[in-house]
Amino acid sequence: MTSLDTQGDPILLEMRSITKEFPGVKALSNVSLRVMAGEIHAICGENGAGKSTLMKVLSGVYPYGSYTGDIVYQAETQQFKDIRASEAAGIVIIHQELALIPELSIMENIFLGNEPTKWGVIDWAEARKRSLELLARVGLRDDPDTPIKEIGVGKQQLVEIAKALNKSVKLLILDEPTAALNESDSQHLLDLILGLKGKGVTSIIISHKLNEIEQIADEITIIRDGKSIETLNVKRDGVDEDRIIKGMVGRTLESRFPDHEPKIGEVFFEVKDWTVGHPQIQDRLICKGSNFYVRRGEIVGFAGLMGAGRTELARSLFGHSYGRFIKGQVYKDGKPVNLRSVRAAIDAGLGYVTEDRKSLGLNLLDDIKTTTVAAALDKISNYTVVDTRKEFSVAEDYRKSLRTKTPSVEEGVAKLSGGNQQKVVLAKWMFTDPDLLILDEPTRGIDVGAKYEIYGIIQKLANQGKGVIVISSELPELLGLSDRIYTIFEGAITGVLDKNEADQESLMKLMTSARKSA
Amino acid sequence: MNALKKLFGGNTRQFGMIFALVALIVFFQIFTEGRTLTPGNVINLFNGNSYILILAIGMVLVIIAGHIDLSVGSVAAFVGVFVALAMRDWGFPWWVGVLFGLFLGAVIGAWQGFWVAYVGIPAFIVTLAGMLLFRGFNQFVGKSNTIPVPKEFQFIGSGYLPEIGPNTGFNNLTVLIGLVAVAFVIIMSLRARAAAKALGAEVPELWVEVTKLVLICGAILYATYLFATGRPGTSFPIPGLILAVLVLIYGFIADKTVLGRHVYAVGGNRHAAELSGVQSKKVNFMVMMNMSILAGLAGMIFVARSTASGPFDGVVWELDAIAAVFIGGAAVTGGVGTVIGSIVGGLVMAVLNNGLQLLGVGADLTQIIKGLVLLAAVAFDVYNKSQGKRSITGMLMKNFQRNNEIQPQEATSTKEVISKEA
Repeated sequence: MTSLDTQGDPILLEMRSITKEFPGVKALSNVSLRVMAGEIHAICGENGAGKSTLMKVLSGVYPYGSYTGDIVYQAETQQFKDIRASEAAGIVIIHQELALIPELSIMENIFLGNEPTKWGVIDWAEARKRSLELLARVGLRDDPDTPIKEIGVGKQQLVEIAKALNKSVKLLILDEPTAALNESDSQHLLDLILGLKGKGVTSIIISHKLNEIEQIADEITIIRDGKSIETLNVKRDGVDEDRIIKGMVGRTLESRFPDHEPKIGEVFFEVKDWTVGHPQIQDRLICKGSNFYVRRGEIVGFAGLMGAGRTELARSLFGHSYGRFIKGQVYKDGKPVNLRSVRAAIDAGLGYVTEDRKSLGLNLLDDIKTTTVAAALDKISNYTVVDTRKEFSVAEDYRKSLRTKTPSVEEGVAKLSGGNQQKVVLAKWMFTDPDLLILDEPTRGIDVGAKYEIYGIIQKLANQGKGVIVISSELPELLGLSDRIYTIFEGAITGVLDKNEADQESLMKLMTSARKSA
Repeated sequence: MNALKKLFGGNTRQFGMIFALVALIVFFQIFTEGRTLTPGNVINLFNGNSYILILAIGMVLVIIAGHIDLSVGSVAAFVGVFVALAMRDWGFPWWVGVLFGLFLGAVIGAWQGFWVAYVGIPAFIVTLAGMLLFRGFNQFVGKSNTIPVPKEFQFIGSGYLPEIGPNTGFNNLTVLIGLVAVAFVIIMSLRARAAAKALGAEVPELWVEVTKLVLICGAILYATYLFATGRPGTSFPIPGLILAVLVLIYGFIADKTVLGRHVYAVGGNRHAAELSGVQSKKVNFMVMMNMSILAGLAGMIFVARSTASGPFDGVVWELDAIAAVFIGGAAVTGGVGTVIGSIVGGLVMAVLNNGLQLLGVGADLTQIIKGLVLLAAVAFDVYNKSQGKRSITGMLMKNFQRNNEIQPQEATSTKEVISKEA
C-alpha cells in the first residue's frame, strides 16, 4: 500500500517531473514534490512561482493529460480527471477563496454535494448527527443550523475543514489558509492542523506567512519560477525565515530590463494620510494613513504580498473607485486636488492600468481601435460625434509605436494574447496623456519577450517626465524597473527603499512585517 | 459562401437575419401567389408595425446597456390615453398634444431611470412594476373607456405623403425620397471607402462594394415603386417616415457619438467602463428615459392610427419589441446589438405575421411559429458563442461562423525584441 523512502518513512505522495504549460507560458517545469505520510509539508514561493498551479495539477483541476509527469499517491500512479476523482482518493483542497455558500447553514454547507440520503431523500437527522461530530473535531461549537454568512472568516475556514473531514480526507491541501484571519484565529487553525496530523491526516500548506510555516511545517519545498528548487527538513536543516526567503528569491537577475538612465525631477504628486475603509466591512481599514510622493520622471515601485492592499490603495486614489474614503489629501504640483470620480482623476492627469485585465480593464467585445480611444473619447470627437477616421489613425499610431501584434486595429481585443492586450490597454491610457500612470501588475500573464517591451514602454513614459507607479508581486521586476520602492503590509506603508539600497531580502522583510523603518 | 459573407460583412447574425428576411419575403410571395409584395400589403405592413419597430429602437439601446424594459406597452397606452384626454377635454391642439405626450414619456422614463440607475434596482423589476403601474394609470385616467382623437392628430398614425407636382402616375414625394435615399447610400459608401483607403485600412474589393450597392439600391427603388403606386390617396405612410427618421438618428447616435460608445461600453463591461471614466449611472438613466419617450411616441402613433385610445392598447408590445431586438442580433448579456439589426429583426416578425395571415393561418399557429423563430434565432447566437463543442450542425454551419476563439499568439522572444530595438 505505502512505499518507503531510504530512511524507512512512508511516502504518501510523490509528484515526479511535473510540467504544465499554458499558451506562451511554462507555468511548471520539471517540478518534483515528495510528501511523507503524516507530515505537514509547506510549499513556499513568490506569487506566480507556480504553487497553486502545482496544487491544481494534484487535485485534478487540471486533469490528467493536460500536464506531463507522474503523480504517485499511495504507491499507485494516479490519473485524476477532475476534482471528484482526487476527492474520492482522499485528497481535498481548500482554496484561498472559500467555496461556501453564504445563505446556507453550516450543516448544509458541510454536506453540499455529498448529502446523506435515505430512499433518495436527504436524511437531516443523520446529517445533523454527523455534523455535530465533525464540528467537535474542528473545535467549533456553533449550531449547525447557523447560516455561513453569520459566522466569521476564521470559523468559515473551520467549516471548510469539517467539510474536508467528512470526505474522509487523507491529504489536506490548504492554500493560504490564514491569509484572511487575525492572529488568534490563525493560531487556532494552526493548532487544528497539528491536531489532525496527530490523527494521521497529512497536510500540504501554502502560505506567505513564513513564521507560521516555521512553526508547524516538517518539510518545506521551495518553488521558484515554476521549478522546484529544494526541499528542506525543518528539524534536520535548522530552517529559519531568512533561510526560506533566500531560497524563494535566490535567483540571478539576467538582463531582463532595457538600459535606462533615469531623469528625475521635482516632486509633483503627493499623497498624505490616505485612509480608506473596507467597502463592506465596517471598522476595517484597507489603507491606513498612507503617505508617499512621486517625482517627475520617476518610476516608483509598490511591493507587497497579495492582499496587502496595494491594489486597494491604487484604486481608492483613482477616483475613489474602491472602498469607503475616510480621509487623506492628494496634492498635484503642490495644489490639493480632488479625485472624487474616475472622470475627475483622469482630468487631473491620472491613469490606472488594472491588474485584472479581463474583468476590469477591457471590454472583450470591443475591437482594438475602440478600446484605444475609450478613455479619451473627447479628444477624437467634435460636438460629441466620434471622428472614426481620427480614431483609426490614433489606434494605428499606437499599434506601430508599441508594436502590437495584430493583423489590423479592427481586430477584437479578445483575440489578442495577454502581452498584446496589455499593450492596447497601455495605449488607451497613454492616449489620455496622464502625468501619473499607475500600473497594477503590468506584466501579469505575459511572456518574457513582451515583458521586456512593456518595461521599455514604461521607461519611455518616465523619460517624458511622467511619474509612473508600478505595483508588482514580482520583486525582480520591481528591483529592475523602479527608482524607489515602497513596501506595504496589511494596508500600511512599512518602508521605502532607494534603488541602490533595496534587494529582495530587505524588501521581503518589510513586506512581511509591520516593522516601521521609514 | 465566402463571397456572400464578404457582401454582408463579418457579422453572421446580421447576415443571417437579412438573408432570412429576404427568404421569408420570397417564400410568402410565392405561396401567397403574389399577394405579399403588392403596394397595399406593404403599406399595411409598415403601418401596422411601425410602433413596434419604434419601440425596438429604444429597446435595443436598453438591451445593449444590459437592461430590459417590460413596461413599454403600458407606458405607450398611458401616454396615448392621456394625450387623447388632453386634446378632448383641455382643447390641446394636435401638435401640443404630441409634445405633451413626449414630455409625459420623458417624465415616466425619468422615474424608471431613477430607480434603475441611481437606486440600483434591476430594470426587470422596475419595469415589471411599471408595467402594472402604467396599465393601471391608463385605465384609471381613461376610466377604461375608448377616447377618440381629432382628425389632425390621426395624421401621424394613418397619414400619407401628399400628392404634389405634376401627375406622373407615381406619388412624387415618395419617389423623391426614394431617389434621395439611393443617392445618400451611394455617396456615404463611396466616402467611407475613400476614407478607409486614405488611412490605409482594409478595403473590401470593388466588386463586393458594387454588388452590395446595387442590391441595396435595388431594394430601395423597388420599395419606392411599391409605395408610390398604391391605390390613390396612399403613398409612403407617415409612421414609416417617422420610423425612418428615427432609425437614421438613433443609428447615428449608437454608432458615431460618445454617448453611443458609452452605452456599448457599459453593457460590455461596466467595471471597465467606469474605470475608463464613463459615468455608468448617467448612461443607464438616459437609456431608460429614452425608452419611455419612444414608448410614448409609439403609443401616440397607435392611438392616431386606431382613431381612439383604449384600455387595452399596447398589450404585449414589450414582448414583440424584445423579440425583434434579440432576433436582430443583440446579446442577452448586453454590449452587443445594432439599431438596424433590430429593425430587420422586427421586420422578420412582421413579415412572418403578415404572410401567415395572408395564407389564412390561424392566430394559434402563428404564435407557435413566432415562438419557434425567436428561440431558433437566439439559440443560433448562443451556439455561436459556445463554439468548440463539435456537433453535426456545428460542422455544417462552420463556414457561417465568425471566429470567436481566443487565440494565444506566439510568444516574442527577448532576443528578437532586443535585436529589433538595436
